Amino acid sequence: MAYYIAKRLLAAIPVLFGLTIIVFLIMAMIPGDPATAILGSYATPENVAKLNRDLGLDKTLFEQYVIWIGNLIHGDLGRSYTLNRPVLDEVLERFSATLILSGTSLVLCSVLGLLAGIISAVRQYGWADKAITLIVLIGISTPSFWLGLLLILIFAVNLKLFPASGMYAIYGGGDLADLIHHLTLPALTLSIVATGVIARLTRTAMLEVLRQDYIRTARAKGLSESKVIYKHAFKAALVNVVPVIGIQAGFVIGGAVYIETVFQWPGIGSMLVTAISTRDLLLVQGGVLIVASAYVLFNLLADVVQTILDPRLR
Amino acid sequence: MTEATLTTPRKQPAKTSRPSTLGLLLNNTLATTGLIILGIICLLALAAPLLPLPNPDATAPADRLMRPFTDGHLLGTDHLGRDLLSRLIWGTRVSLAVGLSATAIAAFFGSLLGLLAGYAGKRVDTIIMRGIDMVMAFPYILLALAIVAVLGPGLLNALYAIALVNIPFFARNIRGITLGLSRREFVDAARLAGKSPPQILFLEILPNVLPVIIITMSTTVGWMVLETAGLSFLGLGAQPPQADLGSMLGEGRKILFTAPHVSIIPGLMIFALVMSINLFGDGIRDILDPRLRSGSLTRPVARTAVERNEADKPAPTRPDALFEMIGLRTEFKIGTSVYKAVGGVDLALKHGECLGLVGESGSGKSVTAMSVMGLVPTPPGKIAGGAAYLEGEDLFAASDRRIRDLRGGSVSYVFQDPLSTLHPLFTVGQQLSEAISAHAPLGRSETQARALELLSLVRIPNPAERLKAYPHELSGGMRQRVCIAMALANDAKLLIADEPTTALDVTVQSQILTLMNQLRQERDAAILFITHDFGVVSALCDRVAVMYAGRIVETGTTEDILNNPKHPYTAKLIECVPVLGDPGRRLDAIEGRPPVVNHLPDGCAFADRCPHVQPVCRSGDIALEMTGPERGVRCLFPLTQGEDT
Repeated sequence: MAYYIAKRLLAAIPVLFGLTIIVFLIMAMIPGDPATAILGSYATPENVAKLNRDLGLDKTLFEQYVIWIGNLIHGDLGRSYTLNRPVLDEVLERFSATLILSGTSLVLCSVLGLLAGIISAVRQYGWADKAITLIVLIGISTPSFWLGLLLILIFAVNLKLFPASGMYAIYGGGDLADLIHHLTLPALTLSIVATGVIARLTRTAMLEVLRQDYIRTARAKGLSESKVIYKHAFKAALVNVVPVIGIQAGFVIGGAVYIETVFQWPGIGSMLVTAISTRDLLLVQGGVLIVASAYVLFNLLADVVQTILDPRLR
Repeated sequence: MTEATLTTPRKQPAKTSRPSTLGLLLNNTLATTGLIILGIICLLALAAPLLPLPNPDATAPADRLMRPFTDGHLLGTDHLGRDLLSRLIWGTRVSLAVGLSATAIAAFFGSLLGLLAGYAGKRVDTIIMRGIDMVMAFPYILLALAIVAVLGPGLLNALYAIALVNIPFFARNIRGITLGLSRREFVDAARLAGKSPPQILFLEILPNVLPVIIITMSTTVGWMVLETAGLSFLGLGAQPPQADLGSMLGEGRKILFTAPHVSIIPGLMIFALVMSINLFGDGIRDILDPRLRSGSLTRPVARTAVERNEADKPAPTRPDALFEMIGLRTEFKIGTSVYKAVGGVDLALKHGECLGLVGESGSGKSVTAMSVMGLVPTPPGKIAGGAAYLEGEDLFAASDRRIRDLRGGSVSYVFQDPLSTLHPLFTVGQQLSEAISAHAPLGRSETQARALELLSLVRIPNPAERLKAYPHELSGGMRQRVCIAMALANDAKLLIADEPTTALDVTVQSQILTLMNQLRQERDAAILFITHDFGVVSALCDRVAVMYAGRIVETGTTEDILNNPKHPYTAKLIECVPVLGDPGRRLDAIEGRPPVVNHLPDGCAFADRCPHVQPVCRSGDIALEMTGPERGVRCLFPLTQGEDT
């Protein structure tokens, strides 16, 4: 088992490497001259040339990449010119907030999605199935940024149950209870779409599995229906759902961009939106790189879980 | 997967012909609702310049933030006093145009890449797919953000970004289908006819992948509308004064607490638009994806439904029999047609006896066997009549709880393909232990010991090692031994073996048969042995019942039947078996196919394939004529001994 996990880990390295190339190329493709952008259009040509030298922009693309990746390995992602602090510091600080939000959402959507999917499949065509199918359909068609606004209106403005924005209360607070209080609305909003996708898929996977010959065998053995469904069918269905949960991780981390903006959550998504508007490209670069790497690692985790579940993959 | 959409539909009796595509779509209420809502929205958006709407960009500071339903402003006004209804319709127009354009661009480039990769294969395929994998390694929205960051905020740039991140979905789906198609005969034929690769790709393959392109479009277009609106909401898409639904929502957000309607209204519109697209898209997918067509993904319940007339259920006639089945009728209702898979079958078995149930595929043997313990999937199957008695107990009237006790207890099954009948994710030991503990509440170590004992009983070498193995790690013969061990876990009185040796090679086949015969003698269990192979029958069975189109056509002792078949069908089946040392013998396949059981002919079902058919054979029901205590034949003109078929 350890051998296979190690193999998967090694296989993730070229993917991470490829990510750095893409991120680097995207930023290198930016039209216009970064030095001019930083110094403004009134800069003297000498100053521009000097800054270009300082930034290493007079070298070939390949040399620039080697230097960039060398710095990256040493934890140097450059300096944000709008915040005037190292990109790495800012990105890591923001990323922890994003991780709390999207991690919670991912757990929520997995649990809720699997549960809803199983109930839907077991009670196929019953009222529970119809209700879940409808909720799922609504869920995956709702713009999450709009849903967030609605929830703020209902639960923060009218009912005053939850705060409308932020991660901690400004005065006092700062403990776990305060965090959960602030986390509830954004985490729920963020998980809604992924819950729908996972529930849909679980339903299909369960229905698919319940028609298999080995389920007939389980019944022919005289097992109880609950064992047939929750042990035999669910395990087989889970193998198909786990990779999708891995993919949904990407949608959850990505969707955090909207939710963080709506709820003013101090995460990497809201940072990215600001950085794009202010053309702070080094910050964008750092943010994209860390989120994309996290996504690769999430998928790796899903791979490992799938390998543990399915002996045929070993 | 697209097989059925690619070939022209086979001619079917008028009764069962499928409705047209449009008819199917309209039958689906949800899809129709989606289509109607989508149609209305599209019409409104298209007609925007013709409608009597105020200028969407005309500001009127005096009229700012008016609530909905005020005079002259049905949906109210925004913070600049602009009419919301007008802005909504014009904004929808922009959002729809952007979403559809993004879909078209993604579909075009994605399909092109997919076609190229799938058709060219090798290096081209590897390079394209590696690139696609790299792009997919990014979270979807993040990549769009990065692209907008490079190109700069703006509606057109948001469109490009969303189109670009959707290209991989198309490329992947299309590549898979193309890869399969490019190995098909019609592509080879086109190649031999001297067509150039572009001709083959666009004239032969493209029309066949079109359904997949449409399915992918219908599932992604909703996303693309949503995501472009999202980028505009973040202020990275449409820039003022240009407005789409997303940017309206983004502007409204700033005054959420004072005038919530300004953000609620465009959000509702996005929701209605995306929801109707999704509903309609699901409908299209269901129609183009034939796997989902006839509702084939229904969940079978734990036990076959019994819908028989309790008043005329037949009473047991043979008190000495261990098992007796009388007049079993099992049907499948698919769509509007009823398939009478089993149309009145009688069987009886004594203790320790082996009865062979013989017939071609589709003759109803397996369904007969599954009916005994209610293992026929419901829906679509149901037991429509008859009775089955195990030691005098009416099985079709027994409680679910009782049936569960009997399953794997007194009555156990061995199925055909041991790879698909064993659970791939549990070890052999786990599956065996489960079969034991379902009926005998033993301790862990006792169960383990019993499992070990069972594996040695079926002559599996190294049983302790094998307990830890997963099914895929065993050979076909070993897997079938495991299945037999599972069937023997609880001293079954009746063992139902459904073609247990068909998936195995000949040497293993004979080992399994020997094993079953020994076990029968050691344990005095009765065996109902289902097969299509008379060679196997002669090795194991005491008696034989031959089945055709859901009914028994001949029954008798094995020796009698083999030496003196009376039904022409039986004679044909026996002729199919090669005889060692008689190479001159003709080995005929039986001409023709068995009749479809939703459309059985009057009279003898075998008439169309019978060499001795007479006009009288085609009218009226033909009874199973008993010519001896164990011998019966359902034929008006039975063969006499030695007669050539």
